[in-house]
Amino acid sequence: MISKLFSLLSQKDMAAVKKDIIGKLQEQILNLQGFKPERNAHGIDFGLGIISNAFPGNAFPLAALHEFLATNLEDAAASGGFISVLLSTLMKKGGLCLWISTQRKIFPPSLITFGLSPERIIFIDLQNERDVLWASEEALKCESLTAVVTELDEISFAQSRRLQLVTEKSRVTAFVIRKNAEKLSSTLAAARWRISAMPSGAIDGLPGLGFARWQVELLKVKNGIPGNWMIECAAGVFKPVKQAPFNDLKIRKAV
Amino acid sequence: MMQKRYMSIWFSTLLTDWIRIKRPVLKDLPLVFSDKAGNRMVITAASKEAASLGIHLGMPLADARAIVPDLEVIENQCHKSKKLLTALGRWCIRYTPLVALEEDQGLILDISGCAHLWGGEKAYLREIVNRLRGIGYQVRAAISDTMGTAWAVSRYGRVSPIIKSGEELNALLPLPPMALRISPIASQKLIKLGLKTIGSFISMPRSALRRRIGEDSMERIEQVLGQKEDFFLPITVPEVYSERLASMEPIRTRKGIEIAIEKLLFQLCTKLQSDGVGLRSALLQSYRIDGQVIKTQIGTNSPSINTSHLFKLFSLQIDKIEPKMGIELFTMDAVRFDRLDPGQESLWMTEKSMSNQKVIELLDRLAGKLGAQVIQRYLPQPHHWPERSIKKVDSITEPLSLPWRTDRLRPVQLLKVPEPVQVTAPIPDYPPMLFRYQGVTHQVKKADGPERIEREWWLEKGEHRDYYQLEDAEGKRYWLFRSGHYSSEKPSQWFIHGFFA
Repeated sequence: MISKLFSLLSQKDMAAVKKDIIGKLQEQILNLQGFKPERNAHGIDFGLGIISNAFPGNAFPLAALHEFLATNLEDAAASGGFISVLLSTLMKKGGLCLWISTQRKIFPPSLITFGLSPERIIFIDLQNERDVLWASEEALKCESLTAVVTELDEISFAQSRRLQLVTEKSRVTAFVIRKNAEKLSSTLAAARWRISAMPSGAIDGLPGLGFARWQVELLKVKNGIPGNWMIECAAGVFKPVKQAPFNDLKIRKAV
Repeated sequence: MMQKRYMSIWFSTLLTDWIRIKRPVLKDLPLVFSDKAGNRMVITAASKEAASLGIHLGMPLADARAIVPDLEVIENQCHKSKKLLTALGRWCIRYTPLVALEEDQGLILDISGCAHLWGGEKAYLREIVNRLRGIGYQVRAAISDTMGTAWAVSRYGRVSPIIKSGEELNALLPLPPMALRISPIASQKLIKLGLKTIGSFISMPRSALRRRIGEDSMERIEQVLGQKEDFFLPITVPEVYSERLASMEPIRTRKGIEIAIEKLLFQLCTKLQSDGVGLRSALLQSYRIDGQVIKTQIGTNSPSINTSHLFKLFSLQIDKIEPKMGIELFTMDAVRFDRLDPGQESLWMTEKSMSNQKVIELLDRLAGKLGAQVIQRYLPQPHHWPERSIKKVDSITEPLSLPWRTDRLRPVQLLKVPEPVQVTAPIPDYPPMLFRYQGVTHQVKKADGPERIEREWWLEKGEHRDYYQLEDAEGKRYWLFRSGHYSSEKPSQWFIHGFFA
């Protein structure tokens, strides 16, 4: 039947139809893999610009596990800032967020710089990693939350799978900051990021610090294309920076 | 209308009796309570032993110490006596439903129609007085038609504590004017005039008396004699929510315990709901056959009557209930309960507000397993000092009272305690050129500052801080500060306090 249909169409049309079919099949595959595009996801614009093209369906994967690698406090700070901007967009319509960690150093008043209201975050300060995992899983089960941020030293494959499965069910977005990223294990996260600081550009040629500028490395993304970008954050909004000065970046190997 | 009868109970040495019941060691020692009055400590209560040595109320503590050097002093308990009286008043509810507090250490009971249950007023009075004396309180009591007469006889009476109806005036005649509880100035005036008993002036013409002792005192006299209504403000008894469930056969399985908890919760919550309150904390007591009682307590972050949620909280702790030979009785008490907000309005607004309840239940589960102290929420405080710029709040619904400051950049990661760093900085007020932190030297490329933050001298002493925002060659950003001014005597101290994103 289909072949008959194809024969009737011109070469050009056929290419379009093929593309359409492949697109639909891809969507089905994604669905089978537990990756359901959020119905409103296309409506939420994180201001990530060109980075959005790296995601499957060009939409930031919500209801999924995102892991951020951080080896030191500076990286953790950068990741915290990046996540805060994402959260501020996610929580524009209200909602609550849990921030679960041991030895928390996040300073709540700073988050307002990224457009995130600190009073809408509930911090859970725990003693050990086991409790952090338990609390994160419990929190991710609660559909009423918007997102859950977890700071961890390590997360194993099995643990990440548990979290990922829970997020798929409850549609809550999970952000995991791995503070001990030197010992990397593979995980089931939908995306693996590394956010690191970059020298800032001067604002209008004035001396002093410019807007926070980060190198955003998307090391892994399920069904997407990993990449490497530079982004700035001004007044709680992302501003992609032109890729021109990219040659001198040390390109890290994808892990 | 039935004749009212009142009973007045006087605790002559309430506070000292109380402390002696608590600490029997203090028995027979001169003992006083003292409190601040203005800028000196004065005696607010004294035991009989202390009083016999010449210590009286209102005396400065220093004077009392001079008289009795080894005086036992208990300080700052000024609210205790009212609390104690309220507790004793609640205890007295067993004798009559209407109990009121009286000023200066007394209780007044409306006993109309109660005494015959104890076999008459005499037996009734003896029962109460003996019970209270048995606990260790020195008490005197009197029964009369009016509150004022009962008060007077309990304090000053010498003959009989029970005044028959219509005998009030006769009972009052030999008592001093103070017994009328008129103002001290008025009673002093009467004594000065030689009118040392009530009998000597009570029959005087009202107009003459009024001129001397004032309108207030006249009104008081009329109340004592029952010619005018007196006020009676009964204390309220807190509602007790308690449920019990006995089992025919001892329970030894987890399933059995679960059923018991579910049943008890259902009964308790139905009761709470009808009164418009919700559970904040519940205590389950499981009485084992071997005489042991296992206590299990849960707490919630907001009043709740959701049985399935409360059951979940208990189920986290069921493992701790060891049935051993079996449990024969369960009791469940509402230890704490609060008014239930009908809609539970919240600040999380909009579409998600409907499901706020679920978040609260999640937090309860976390608190149940990990302790309530792990849950933190922060609101801004009007302080510049970074450590004091936020405060912890318990409730997740407390709204923002003042806005977050956006005019100053603050680091995402803040060290709990600033760590010292080695710094090369040109003086006087230039930012550092390089600094060494944890063995790594950072070349400073860009800098902002200084932002001087003064220490709040009324809260603590110490140096001010001059904060700089620094960016090193890699673009990493730090928050450093110099403690205090430069001085020629000692090198200035630099600290790292945070990391910017």
